[in-house]
Amino acid sequence: MKLAYYPGCSLEATAKEFDSSVRAVSKALDVELVEIPEWTCCGATSAHATNHSLSVGLPALTIKQIQKMGLDCVVPCSACFNRLKTAEYNMIHDAGIRQEMEELLNFKFDGQPRVYDLLAYFVEKIGLPTISKKVQKPLKNLKVACYYGCLSVRPREITGIDSAENPMQLDKLMKALGATPVNWSYKVECCGAGHSVAKAAMVTNLSGRILAKARAAGADAVVNSCPLCQTNLEMRRSPGEDLPVFYFTELMGLALGLPETRDWWSKHLVDPSKLADSVQAGATS
Amino acid sequence: MYIITEGGPRALDLNFTKVVSERSGQEIEACYQCQKCASGCPIAEYGDMDTNQVLRMIQFGLKDEVLKSKAIWICVGCETCGARCPNGIRIAAVMDTLREMAIEEGVTPAEKDIYLFHQCFLDSVKSHGRVHEGTMLMRYKLKSGHLMDDVGVGLKMFLKGKLALFPHSVPSKTEVRRIFDWAKKK
Repeated sequence: MKLAYYPGCSLEATAKEFDSSVRAVSKALDVELVEIPEWTCCGATSAHATNHSLSVGLPALTIKQIQKMGLDCVVPCSACFNRLKTAEYNMIHDAGIRQEMEELLNFKFDGQPRVYDLLAYFVEKIGLPTISKKVQKPLKNLKVACYYGCLSVRPREITGIDSAENPMQLDKLMKALGATPVNWSYKVECCGAGHSVAKAAMVTNLSGRILAKARAAGADAVVNSCPLCQTNLEMRRSPGEDLPVFYFTELMGLALGLPETRDWWSKHLVDPSKLADSVQAGATS
Repeated sequence: MYIITEGGPRALDLNFTKVVSERSGQEIEACYQCQKCASGCPIAEYGDMDTNQVLRMIQFGLKDEVLKSKAIWICVGCETCGARCPNGIRIAAVMDTLREMAIEEGVTPAEKDIYLFHQCFLDSVKSHGRVHEGTMLMRYKLKSGHLMDDVGVGLKMFLKGKLALFPHSVPSKTEVRRIFDWAKKK
């Protein structure tokens, strides 16, 4: 299977391990990722928070590029997914915006939805039975708090997720890998997101609370699908808190027995290798 | 029509209510103050008024108070309020509109650092076609004066190869610049 791939800016920098694990896991699932040539920034929070036109125009350029490739496009980053999907949704449902984008970018939009959240694509399109079959080292004894955050979830009419309050796709994926998702009430709470730099203390409170709730629910680690959540959860926490945080593709790589996992752990701000080693040891015993 | 505020009687600017509703595409008049939005707001304790109060003030046409508030800048856009609003008001879209109007009208942002961060982020996108986190953060530090914030973690990220020294520009940045120029003129 061949898919267009939009990594987004974070996956070139602070979330390099997300990019490496996305590529490795996709390959293991026989999915060929074709990176969009010369892809550009989605505009992220800063565009929609300050200029509506920019928040549609920037992602619309990517929509044009995806259409040119004629492939479904997977987006690992929750924030990029949200911006691209919102632009696509508006271009499909609002004739005015569609015409404006067509004129601005000199193309004819075919109205076909092609943007997918990578996590949802794995769960719904590749399918859990296919993924389960590839598991070499089930993540036995790993209790994990599935953290969805905001942007792959809300608004639900745009993201298309199963539930805005209690989504289950990541929980189901973790079960398919042999892990045990914990029940907790903070799976869709906000980590503080883009205010991480300008309002660090506030974000430390928000992210710290998410980690505390995951711990209280008995989780050994948090798993998520957003580079900004990952950075906040690793960087904005109380001193002494050492709960590891993983990208979902990293735990897939671990369960699929991929050799690259160690390279990913070394990129983390909170070293998850001890937990990963003990999970692997449990899997082989 | 007048409203009695802490600063005395004020004329209602009902045009403001209409403009915000139209630009955001949200039916602000439908808000009946159930406060479900504020109850679930993760950053409620950090602003100067609650989400439902912002909506009420828009209904009353209190333009100055709303555009000068911290609340519109501190809103992080998590969309929790909109997902729970019984009247289907996407309040995050309303907040986007309010910030945009505040910028257009030259109102000094009540949260300067947040606006400065957005500007530095977008400048980076305009320059390179993609965000270059290293130079973007450096620019923010110089302009905000928060030079020593996060130096330790920044160095750790650099050593782990997560912050490149030099930006990676893509040729398609010319298209990106064209979009910026178009958006500015609109």
